[in-house]
Amino acid sequence: MTSTVDAAPYTVEEVCERFDPVMGLEVHVELNTATKMFCGCRNEFGAEPNTNVCPVCLGLPGSLPRVNGRAVEGAVKIGLALNCQVRERSGFARKNYFYPDMPKNFQISQYDDPIVFDGYLDVPLDDGTTWRVEIERAHMEEDTGKSLHMGGATGRIHGASYSLLDYNRAGVPLIEIVTKPILGAGTRAPEIARAYVSALRDVVQGLGVSDVRMDQGSMRCDANVSLMPKGTTEFGTRTETKNVNSLRSVERAVRYEMGRHAGVLLSGGTITQETRHFDEQSGTTSAGRPKETFADYRFFPEPDLVPIEPSAAWVEELRAGLPERPWERRARIQTDWGLSDEELRDLVNAGALDLVADTVEAGAPAESARSWWVSYLTQQANTAGVELAELAITPTDVARVIALVAEGTLTNKLARQVVDGVLAGEGTPDEVVAGRGLAVVSDDSALTAAVDEALAAQPAVAEKIRAGKTKAAGAIVGAVMKATRGQADAARVQSLVLERVAAGA
Amino acid sequence: MTELTRLSAAEIARRVQAREVSSVEVTRAHLARIEAVDGSLNAFLHVDAEGALAAAAAIDEEIAAGTIRGPLAGVPVAVKDNIATADMPTTCASRILEGWRPPYDATVVTRLREAGLVPLGKTNLDEFAMGGSNENSAFGAVRNPWDASRVPGGSSGGSAAATAAGEAPLALGSDTGGSIRQPGAFTGLVGVKPTYGTVSRYGLVAFSSSLDQIGTFGRSVLDAAMLHEVVGGHDPADQTSIAAPLPPVVEAALAGARGDLAGVRVGVVTELSGEGYQPGVLAAFTDAVRVLTDLGAEVVEVSCPSFTAAMPAYYIIAPSEASSNLARFDAMRYGLRVGDDGSHSTDQVMSLTREAGFGPEVKRRIMIGTHALSAGSYDALYGKAQKARTLIVRDFAAAFEDCDVLVSPTVPTTAFPIGDRVDDPVAMYLADLCTIPTNLAGNAGLSVPCGLSADDGMPVGLQVMAPALADDRAYRVAAAYELARDTSSGTPFASTIPDPAVLENA
Repeated sequence: MTSTVDAAPYTVEEVCERFDPVMGLEVHVELNTATKMFCGCRNEFGAEPNTNVCPVCLGLPGSLPRVNGRAVEGAVKIGLALNCQVRERSGFARKNYFYPDMPKNFQISQYDDPIVFDGYLDVPLDDGTTWRVEIERAHMEEDTGKSLHMGGATGRIHGASYSLLDYNRAGVPLIEIVTKPILGAGTRAPEIARAYVSALRDVVQGLGVSDVRMDQGSMRCDANVSLMPKGTTEFGTRTETKNVNSLRSVERAVRYEMGRHAGVLLSGGTITQETRHFDEQSGTTSAGRPKETFADYRFFPEPDLVPIEPSAAWVEELRAGLPERPWERRARIQTDWGLSDEELRDLVNAGALDLVADTVEAGAPAESARSWWVSYLTQQANTAGVELAELAITPTDVARVIALVAEGTLTNKLARQVVDGVLAGEGTPDEVVAGRGLAVVSDDSALTAAVDEALAAQPAVAEKIRAGKTKAAGAIVGAVMKATRGQADAARVQSLVLERVAAGA
Repeated sequence: MTELTRLSAAEIARRVQAREVSSVEVTRAHLARIEAVDGSLNAFLHVDAEGALAAAAAIDEEIAAGTIRGPLAGVPVAVKDNIATADMPTTCASRILEGWRPPYDATVVTRLREAGLVPLGKTNLDEFAMGGSNENSAFGAVRNPWDASRVPGGSSGGSAAATAAGEAPLALGSDTGGSIRQPGAFTGLVGVKPTYGTVSRYGLVAFSSSLDQIGTFGRSVLDAAMLHEVVGGHDPADQTSIAAPLPPVVEAALAGARGDLAGVRVGVVTELSGEGYQPGVLAAFTDAVRVLTDLGAEVVEVSCPSFTAAMPAYYIIAPSEASSNLARFDAMRYGLRVGDDGSHSTDQVMSLTREAGFGPEVKRRIMIGTHALSAGSYDALYGKAQKARTLIVRDFAAAFEDCDVLVSPTVPTTAFPIGDRVDDPVAMYLADLCTIPTNLAGNAGLSVPCGLSADDGMPVGLQVMAPALADDRAYRVAAAYELARDTSSGTPFASTIPDPAVLENA
């Protein structure tokens, strides 16, 4: 590393005065199938090392892979959501290279016939416009195990004194989504990179096929960046930055690499085609171990597997079941419910959007549904230390509570007690109402009797009311509410008090 | 050789199941036979006497209680040591896997056990099934029971020698380019390579996944067929396994032995004879074809011009797949580990282990395969070989339009002397000349003994090839031929196999 020594990064504005950036983004998504790509081992994050393993995912001699149909389904769904074509006949291939965390020393992947190809994603940008990112392909492959390099300063293999291997992740289904070169982004390249990964994450999350947790590695991004002098069309030498573990890092990594490339090129140096690692702390990238030779993965068709042939009918069935795009859904909900941008953001941030939408779907007015989830239920979730969605109450239950309030069976205060009962596992709202005896006392004769009794007990107050001090009625209402253990509609009691006083009670 | 070790598997099964003899007695007789002759033959890499006797005793108890698991219940069997067994080591005759015990049974082994067969042990082979003489074993060459100075063929040489010498009545082998049929021919046995995808490969340590096929050895056509039906049939653990019923091979073997071959069209493959073929082999083959004609078969010559490309194509495809399949032997998880003394990096430990653990033929093929798959060579080598493979498939398809089966000598020569070809890989590869096309096309083939070569007195094999999923045709022809052969000679061929116990070691 002589001429390629890191230069002080230029800002993207400075870079783009002289160069046009070209980006290519490769995103790996781990599917959340119950089992692994080629065997029946559980696919779960965070298990004790080397507990979710078997002869197949350990690549033991004689073992053979068998394709997980749910993983194929996930791949096709992702492809359809990215407007891709689905290949009628798609084969697996072996990618050969030696690495200790790869049990067979080859990875079963796809090569020249990926399951889905040629699509696009219209990515919403911060200013409300969209940017179309063309998708080259998405293919299926198996994840590797994990190496934990011990004793070194960097946690990387270089300089480590020994390594620990965990094969739980080996064989977890991965979908690699590859964009076509993103051209013409100019100074917005870092933002577009982040927005693309963010939009992709939302789309995949909406499909429910992956946890897309960048912090846990179930979504990983490699950013390829190159620069070409303005006015030229031949791509410059690219670098591939790995280890980009958050949306913010995607943006920072692209920005840093653009600046670094410009620095090298403007000082007369050349860019080395290499893999670089992004450092979250410093926001910079550093060269991976230099490859002595061009990596030749010796791809060839995987002879242990037969090609996948998704039927057209099945593909159409999956297409018909695709959910609305998350941002389109949000926009529709905002309009339908008349929410301000801030209200919408609060809903999304609270993880309440789906819950509210489902509550509305179950018949509740949007305003009440929103209010329940973002206030009382959010408080309960916070108190219990769980996610809103983890509360033991369904949107249908909430809609029912809202309906009970609307028809006058419950007051808001009683409604909260009903919700508490549901959360405590006492049954459906109706069961809680019955079980706790919480229905509003709406029998006027019973209430009238209670009011008369209260007025008789507090003649001085009754006198005040009679003299026109209607505010004094509060004391009588309070006494009635106490007598009915809160199961009366306070407003109704209030009017009854006034009626009874006027009637000479 | 006691009488029990000369019996056919079918006869052993009959006697055990009729309680004329116990499975334990049969197993003891074979273990004693191994004890007596294997010191010179070296057919077994591991013998599990205790496990075999326990399994036999359990079968005897079941039979006494009136339960018979299957037609071969109580019959001992030998298993090639590249097939995973949970209770015995599986080494592939390689230093790199010395002592390795798989945590699981191959599907075929599970099926053996479920059918009540008694695994005796694991048989020697060319390392990772790469070879045609069994001289590539890291644990010593195997000798041919017919002549201890000669090879038994390979790569399933141990299974062949064990079956021929009466150490086991039956054996499993694997056939990637002829590794069952060729040693079958060299040792006077019936050796069968079933249609690709009809016997599960789950648990067979892969050499060349698109060519490997587990198959059977027996001293008669019926024995081989009976074992074939035990291990064959669809297995969801092997995605290349065909979800179709196994062809009725036992029925075909029985039918062949009852009837003639009237109306059966037999094609003699022009390209699989002539120059380079041993005269005694061609003479025995010609005799065998005459017998087929006498049985009523309609014999025609057929040309399969692409078969001449089979060997070069095979020696690209098989090493290519092998280079990838054998990459997993890297010292990280199991097997040999060399250089792990704190002074070497992971990459160095991998290299040192592979350097020390693989024999020369395995290294040669890994290098050939690595080269063939490389960016600069792929199209010219691997790609071209796959095209040749397609042409061979078409030649078979055209030939099978006119013929029910095709025949050829199984091997151009008889078993050659140990050491003769070790320095000439190409001469060694020629031993698979006639058997390779069947592997490349994925159809069925078997070898049935067709007498001895007049020039050296060694056995000769008649290869019968059938279309995919029509294995029964080959069995029918072989069984009819077998009966006619033994009737005309007046002696069952199997009984003429010499007893190595009385031979002087070479």
